[in-house]
Amino acid sequence: MRLPLSAVREGEDAESRNQGGALLEAVSLTRHFRIGGLFGRMLHAVDDVDLTLNAREIVALVGESGSGKSTVARLFAMVFRPTAGDIRFRGRSLSKIRSRRDILAYRGQVPMVFQDPFSSLNPVHTIGYALDRGLKLHRPSLSRGEREAEAVRVLDSVELSPGRRMLGRYPHELSGGQRQRVGFARALSCHPRVVLADEPVSMLDVSIRIGLLNLMAQLCEMEGLSFLYITHDIASARYVAHRVVVMYAGQVVERGPTEEVLHRPVHPYTRLLLSAVPDPRAELNITSTDLGEPPRVVEPGEGCRFRWRCPLAVSICAQLTPKLRPASPGHDGACHVTVGQTRPAA
Amino acid sequence: MADPILEVRDIRVEYPTPDGPARAVDRVSLAVHPGEFLGIVGESGCGKSTLLFAITQLLIPPARLAGGAILFKGQNLVQLSEGALRAVRWRDYSVVMQSAMNALNPVKTVAAQYADAMRGHGHADRVAIRARSREVLSLVGIDPVHLDSFPHQLSGGMRQRVMIAMALLLSPELIVMDEPTSALDVVAQRSLMAQIKTLQRSLGFAVIFVTHDMSLVGHFSDRLAVMYAGIIVEIGPTRRIFDSPGHPYTQGLLESFPSVYGPKIPLKGIPGSPPNMVMLPTGCRFHPRCAKVMERCSIDPPGLYEAEETSVRCFLHEAAVVGRA
Repeated sequence: MRLPLSAVREGEDAESRNQGGALLEAVSLTRHFRIGGLFGRMLHAVDDVDLTLNAREIVALVGESGSGKSTVARLFAMVFRPTAGDIRFRGRSLSKIRSRRDILAYRGQVPMVFQDPFSSLNPVHTIGYALDRGLKLHRPSLSRGEREAEAVRVLDSVELSPGRRMLGRYPHELSGGQRQRVGFARALSCHPRVVLADEPVSMLDVSIRIGLLNLMAQLCEMEGLSFLYITHDIASARYVAHRVVVMYAGQVVERGPTEEVLHRPVHPYTRLLLSAVPDPRAELNITSTDLGEPPRVVEPGEGCRFRWRCPLAVSICAQLTPKLRPASPGHDGACHVTVGQTRPAA
Repeated sequence: MADPILEVRDIRVEYPTPDGPARAVDRVSLAVHPGEFLGIVGESGCGKSTLLFAITQLLIPPARLAGGAILFKGQNLVQLSEGALRAVRWRDYSVVMQSAMNALNPVKTVAAQYADAMRGHGHADRVAIRARSREVLSLVGIDPVHLDSFPHQLSGGMRQRVMIAMALLLSPELIVMDEPTSALDVVAQRSLMAQIKTLQRSLGFAVIFVTHDMSLVGHFSDRLAVMYAGIIVEIGPTRRIFDSPGHPYTQGLLESFPSVYGPKIPLKGIPGSPPNMVMLPTGCRFHPRCAKVMERCSIDPPGLYEAEETSVRCFLHEAAVVGRA
């Protein structure tokens, strides 16, 4: 099996990746949900998120449940429309995409791979049918024979070979890892530019996960695909991603090149997250007494949303929401205490 | 060492399927000593949860115990009547399930559910029940005001703690846990593991902890059993297994975890997927996925061989023993 050396040789060709500007870009992306009826309160699922995805790049969006990372993916997939802010795909705003044809074209280029490979495939249809339907919808110009050839090609490219034999199989005949590969094959069949992968390996067995992470890195390298890899597992993010974006309570708290963020985390939340990752090779070191309570995102108001759990919190944290500021080149953190104080505007 | 509190001998659990019986657990033997933390790891479908259900006598038909003995404090649980079991359960051993967060009754307060469990075991004094309930809740780090909360008012991590507190109510000597942290976020998971370990040390109960995540138990369990396709492939002291895993499957599992701080190396995971339990491979059950497969692996099933401090079900270690003799 080919191993994704590119992912290991991190950051080397960052220059070439950045050429031609952002492929997919979120600007001040915000999504609120009303809970509890017409006069209910507002849940701030995503607040003022800026995120860029360049060509040939894997960006890991890391956060715990309730951090808003899946909502970001759904906003990118046009499942939800943003409350405020904008998403641009190759420079074009998604708010301009209205017609069914344009939406289909966009979803073909920015497909999603779901978390649960057991419920994302229809159990009464074969794998061939699942792929054929997507191809019919997104690439109507193909003939029946061409569609089949294309289905075989994508199955082979996700290492479900021989692809031709897979066509007649039913989901129940496949293991979880194989099903998730079908999910990737389905995304690939539409010639995507960016794949939104929402926790694609978290339901899989540990021994299978690495294979899929390698596949992602390989597709990035060989086919020039970009991935938004959404995960709560920071170790797997390190394994494949070029850049990491850490979310907490709907906001980006830290972002930067993977190794930089992991070795020199600036935000107390990133530090907490890193300290909680089980690493059997390291010594046991539990210093934190944090219980891992979920963040408050219902009408959170002004102030840092991590301040309730933060060991470093000072009075300003309750008054002013920290903005992302550079801690080092390309590495930003949103913390009043650890990232250089705001200078008064000149 | 003291006598084991629990001894499982050669148990076999079968599920009937249209293609013949699937033996989810096949001749598993293990022992748990008082105050010991035993981790059981394996992938989905390896029979680890079925093994727990068998040990706790909670198997739901059509699964059935096809043989073996479960000796708990000298009593064979297999032979006990349901009535006799009910007295032992929760008082002498308790269970925290995987979906423990959903195991709470949504329409009753925490206090009512605790009282239920205590009354079922002959505690009638309301004041004493209330006092004990407050006590166990504080033990797991939850403010006793939550005794009057309903489950939906608590976060996932808190519900899981409430369940663990419930398992502590009658001070059992053994608590069996089936992936109690798998639905939690890393931070909550870490803090819960640390708490379980602290409680186990201070209260002295034994723990059987089943998980698919080997890295989780690395720091917490005293001994580790690795299961694959219904059998134990390696068992021994946890640190020993992490430092020098004997079975190729254990080695593969350990090499499947990307490290957060260590050198960034390409990992391979384990190719293929676990076998169908109805049509098991001949010989060693792991041989189709094994990187060190030999000719005889597909013919003879290996036994459990002693290697250093661990027992390993792999021919590689049979040779080691012969070589030393």
